[in-house]
Formats: sequence, C-alpha cells, structure tokens
Amino acid sequence: MADASIPLIVSDIHKRFGSNEVLKGISLEAKKGDVITLIGASGSGKSTFLRCMNLLERPDSGDILVHGEPISFRQTRHGREPADRSQLQRIRTRLSMVFQSFNLWAHMTLIANVIEAPVYVRGIPKARAMEQGMALLERVGLADRAHYYPAQLSGGQQQRGAIARALAMEPEVMLFDEPTSALDPELVGDVLKVMRELADEGRTMIVVTHEMDFARDVSNQVVYLHQGMVEEQGHPSEVLNHPSSPRLQQFLAPRGR
Amino acid sequence: MIDFQGYGPRLLEGALLTLELAVLSLLVAVVLGLVTASARLSRLAVLRLPAIIYTVIIRGVPDLVLMLLLFYGAQIGINQITDMIYDRWGWDIFINIDPFVAGVITIGLIFGAYMAETFRGAFLAVDQGQIEAAESFGMSPWLLFRHIRFPLMMRHALPGLGNNWMVLLKTTALVSIIGLSDMVRVAAEATRATHQTFLFMIPVALGYLAITSLSEIGMQWLKKRYNAGFEEAS
Repeated sequence: MADASIPLIVSDIHKRFGSNEVLKGISLEAKKGDVITLIGASGSGKSTFLRCMNLLERPDSGDILVHGEPISFRQTRHGREPADRSQLQRIRTRLSMVFQSFNLWAHMTLIANVIEAPVYVRGIPKARAMEQGMALLERVGLADRAHYYPAQLSGGQQQRGAIARALAMEPEVMLFDEPTSALDPELVGDVLKVMRELADEGRTMIVVTHEMDFARDVSNQVVYLHQGMVEEQGHPSEVLNHPSSPRLQQFLAPRGR
Repeated sequence: MIDFQGYGPRLLEGALLTLELAVLSLLVAVVLGLVTASARLSRLAVLRLPAIIYTVIIRGVPDLVLMLLLFYGAQIGINQITDMIYDRWGWDIFINIDPFVAGVITIGLIFGAYMAETFRGAFLAVDQGQIEAAESFGMSPWLLFRHIRFPLMMRHALPGLGNNWMVLLKTTALVSIIGLSDMVRVAAEATRATHQTFLFMIPVALGYLAITSLSEIGMQWLKKRYNAGFEEAS
C-alpha cells in the first residue's frame, strides 16, 4: 500500500486514441502543498494527462492513487473502466477540476453552481453550504454577482466563479486545465491572482498552463511534456532558466525572433 | 343558450375524456421518449438496437393501423393465452382490455417514438463540458440527469415537445374507433341522429382550440423556466 499521506500519485499512465498513443507512460506525484505546472506544446498530451487523473479520460494502463487508495479498474469490451462507480464518485469529490471553458452550469445562478455539489453530492445542509459558498464568492471577488447567471458574467468572472465552485468541495487536490487560455488578456490577471493566493495558502494544485510567469513564480515543480512523455521536470528555476533538452529550449525561446 | 338537443352533458363528458386521455398519453409518451432517447444515445448496442427498431416501426406505420393492431391484436393475443391456460390447467381467466387504458398506451407508444427523436436531438445539443463538470464533481448518473442534463436539454426540446403535444391531442380523436366516447364520437353520433353537423362539430372544434390555447400558457411557463440563464447578458 502506498503512502496515504500523499494526496495524489499517478504512475505509468498510457492512453491511446485509436492508433494514436497520446500518453506513453507518464508518472507524477503531488505531495501536500505542491503546485505542479504541466507545460508543453499543444498535442503534447498535457490536458489528456490531467483529465486522466479524475477519469474524465480512461487511461489504458497505469495506476491512480488518492491518499494511498488505488482506483480500481476492470477490463471491458470498451476498454479499461473504473470497476466501482461509488469509489469513482467518492474519489472525484476529492479532486476538483477547473476547466478551460469554465463549464459553469448555465441554468443555475452562480451561488447555485457553487453549492450544487456540496449539497447534493457531499450532503452538506443547504444553509451551511450557502454560508460557505457566499464566503468563497467573497474571496474571489464575486459576492455581488452571486445571483447572476453565468451568461451574465465576463469570462474572468466565470472562471473565478468556477474556482469558487471547485473550492466549495474542499478538495485535496485542485486540477486546472488551461484555466486562462479562453480569457481575454486583460482578464487573465484576476484569475491568476486568485490561483496565486490558493498556492500561498498551501493548496495542492496541478495546473496545465501556457503562463510561464505563473509556472516560474508560483509552482514548485514544472513538468515539460513532449509527445506524450515527460521530457524534463524539476524546480522551475532549473527547468525554465536552464533547460537541458533542446526541445524545451526551443519551446521556451521567445517567439518571433 | 344553444340547444344541444340533450347531447350537452355527453359532449362535456367527451371533452373531459379527450383531455384525460391526452394528458395521460403525454405522460406515457414523455417517459417513453426519455428512456428511448437515452437508449439510442447509449454506448451499448443492446440498448441502441431496440430503441432504433421501436422508433422506425412506430414512425413508419399509420397511427390508425397501430391503434387497431394494438387494441384488437393485443386482445386476441391475451385470449389465446388465457385459452391455453384454460386448456392446460382448467383455470378460467378472463382479461378484457379496457379501451381507455388501451387508448392511453397506444397513443403514448406512438408519441413516445416522436418524443424520443425530439429528446435525442436536444440531448445532443447540450454542451458536453457542463456534463463533464458534473461528472468531475462526483455526481451519480441519476443526479446528473435530474439536475444538469435534463434541465439543459429541455430548453432545446421545448419547441418540438409543444408541437408533439398538439398533434397528440388531435390524435386522441382516433380512439372513437375503439369504442371510447370522446367528444368527436359523441358529436358524430349526435350529427347522425339530428343531421345538424355545425351545431355539434363547431363546439368540438372550439373545444380543441380551447385546450391548445390553454396549453400555450403552459408552454410559455415552461419556456420561461428552462430558458432562465440563457437570455442575453444584462
């Protein structure tokens, strides 16, 4: 049995779409308080890797352990599937995801989005969830927007709302899938600021991003993926300032020169 | 006051029967449509195939033929089974298909197929990202359906749903052939007896119009409910 104090261990993940193998055996360990950024060109498999961690994509092989508890799989005609649906649901409540396209539920107000999973999945009394939800919206600067629908909010507000929704689950690990890629440049800053604050308070985060400044300043580990494999990883001051692989050097080189 | 020559109360009863039949059939059709649409979108061929066969057959055969087939055919089938039981074990069972139940089941079955197509398209129109978000928060499939998939789908389904309801309502007139006294049958009887077509048929036409107009109010309410959050940003 693996170390139960480590929030998330993924090991030797393989994933193929048809004949295209997008992940060729990737491992990662997120200790408590780690902020890990996954970087790489589009098509390197970084988003697919992240989505494998909470089984939005089913890895063809490899293990996922949440606090030492391995997700159990079984082989079906459609490939490898989680064997125990209730285990999958329970584990998913401990890994909250923030999506590139926000994915707030469009038919619910912001506060309803935030309390939905705490109330109906975790079974927290509605009044208490409301209280906590409002406090979280306050934190991300959206208290006055609690009763707006997502369509009435800017992209940056929606993404901060989505972060509040993820926080409301009190997750052990937060997964961010290119959280700022769909935003107008002037809205990126507010979202990154919230993410920095989360990192500062010691949250365990895994972030797929193109924001190199965020990777450099906030994360304590950078993983560079290339064609479904880890090409280089380590502390950002090493990896980003003194990349050893030529591909990473090229990836980091300022464009247009 | 118009003199309905003694047919007034029966006309009213017929109108009530039409309404009951339509509402109950709608209920059957919606449930059947949701189940069939979900089956057609399933990854499992064992679920997909029967759903496809059902929708193809129902939508390709006239309602009238289906009604006769189901009402008389089902009765003959049941009689053969009860006869067989009598021959073999001597138990004398008698099951008679109630025309009202048969009507509800038949119309529900017919419109279930149309509803299935409406719902299928609407399910496909739901943003997959919002479904993924729900999955990623550990929602069970049933909770996800009730709280996320269904309400998001309904917005796309409503126009087709309203249309199906109108056609369904008018299709209830077919039950007169299996012996139910809906308002069309009562009016037809009255017309034959009195030769006053307009006296009886115009109120019937107005009766249908009244029901469809009232449903328009219901549709507006549903539209408001399921469009919440989708209006232009204010």
